[in-house]
Amino acid sequence: MRKSNLSLLPVFLWLFLFLLLPMLMVVGISFMDRDELGNVVYHFNLDSYATFFDPLYLGIYWDTIVLSVLTTAICLLLSYPLAYYIANASPRMQTWGLVMITIPFWINFLIRTYAWVLLLRTQGVVNSLLINWGLIQEPLQMLYTKGAVLLGMVYTFVPFMVLPIYVALEQMDKKLLEAASDLGATPWRSFWHITLPQTKSGIMTGAVLVYVSTTGMFVVTDILGGAKSAMISNIIQSQFLGARNWPFGSALSVIFVITSLIMIALFNRAMTSRHLKVKEGR
Amino acid sequence: MKSKNHPLLGIHSLLMMIFIYIPIIIIIVYSFNSSRLAADWSGFTFDWYLSLFENSYVMEALTNTLIVAVVSTVVSTLLGTMSALAMRKTTKKIKAGMGGLLYLPIIIPDIIMGLSLLMLFSQFHIPLGRLTIIIAHITFSISYVHVVVSTRLTGMKDGLEEAAQDLGAGAWQTFRFVTMPQILPGIISGAIIAFTMSLDDFMVSFFVSGPNSTTLPIYIYGQVKRGISPEINALCTILIIVSVTLILLAQFILNKGKGQKKQSVLPF
Repeated sequence: MRKSNLSLLPVFLWLFLFLLLPMLMVVGISFMDRDELGNVVYHFNLDSYATFFDPLYLGIYWDTIVLSVLTTAICLLLSYPLAYYIANASPRMQTWGLVMITIPFWINFLIRTYAWVLLLRTQGVVNSLLINWGLIQEPLQMLYTKGAVLLGMVYTFVPFMVLPIYVALEQMDKKLLEAASDLGATPWRSFWHITLPQTKSGIMTGAVLVYVSTTGMFVVTDILGGAKSAMISNIIQSQFLGARNWPFGSALSVIFVITSLIMIALFNRAMTSRHLKVKEGR
Repeated sequence: MKSKNHPLLGIHSLLMMIFIYIPIIIIIVYSFNSSRLAADWSGFTFDWYLSLFENSYVMEALTNTLIVAVVSTVVSTLLGTMSALAMRKTTKKIKAGMGGLLYLPIIIPDIIMGLSLLMLFSQFHIPLGRLTIIIAHITFSISYVHVVVSTRLTGMKDGLEEAAQDLGAGAWQTFRFVTMPQILPGIISGAIIAFTMSLDDFMVSFFVSGPNSTTLPIYIYGQVKRGISPEINALCTILIIVSVTLILLAQFILNKGKGQKKQSVLPF
């Protein structure tokens, strides 16, 4: 037993040094000050948190929450039927479906976001198709809008929702469905009372992944959204790499993480409420 | 086996696949379009790929990317495998704690990981460059290797190691001739996954890279912010093909053996 603890030590030290310590530093520096050059000055204060309550930042913060919740909801609505289809397809189709859903995970999101620039820009693919078909005369302004950002977020994170739901559907106890239909339940009823509650762990995982990733994703807003649709992650990014106000950037990061935790708790509560409860007591 | 799916579900799924794949296909197609800017197709060309190789910025970024990917893969594969093996024989408490710690890099948003490492490096006056990117990549890759190798270890047939020891094999012999061959596909897949993640990483690298350590994704970001260009389409196409090939390879190696439980290249 001693020996195996010893061989865990390098990994522990590594993760302590390059994961835990840096995150503790973020929390610490969020209470510090900075000098004119942007260097951190070790002087305790709450100014960074006070700055956050500026209406400008509160507005951006609210927009971020709305966008992230909207993205999560749309991803869920689009993903559930797809995951359901794959989980109930023939074994061959299942393998293919899974491969097709796994592949986008491993294609850089930067590249996948850039693809939408090719599609949506004024001389882009969509506009030139619409003009060629005579549906519009003038190209539509689609890029650099809030709609483009939402589309880009949904596009980027849809696979994050499909996979966990698929796994949950795959692992659920299918005998319950047979029992329900033997007892005369309609397919819709058994879906609502058995399948949905049994797959809530998958929905939870997917929702958390999509929500947190959307909030932290400054690239999509950066590339598809233009300056007006900045989100909290864009502000954080610019505090670290542009404005060099690290205490404020740190405070925003802390607020980001705490908000995410609260949202996760809220999802969790919504999931365990009313008819989504598993009734079999398993 | 007959499928129990409603036709509407089939149509929805097909549309989703089109939604997911059309943008990717568009990039690939446009990387061969001879027109520099227009959306119309104006003939096939290979020029954009050739001009990539003459672009010294791209070549420098490629060198940086490969150095970072190779070094971080070797180190994280070693550490991740070690922790997966050690976790089997440790106490419950340590297991829970380490398990949580190892899961953190998977759930923490990349932006937080990037900026917190930036803070660490700057407060300790470590200059940003290849080394800092390598450290960052090792930090997130360990977890992925760990998950793949431990899943493989749990899937291992019970009693094989005890049988070997009962027959007089020493600890090293048991490891070398029983455990190792069983988990090797997991280690190889873990390494490929780590390599691909390093190759593709933008978010974390963006925060911890210095002026002379631009990687390919950082280069792409800079170009994309300036507007579209056919060279970028070509570069993206290469990156897409390399990542997808590597991941399919990892998946194949992982599920090749007969009787092995199906395992995913994803950590959930």
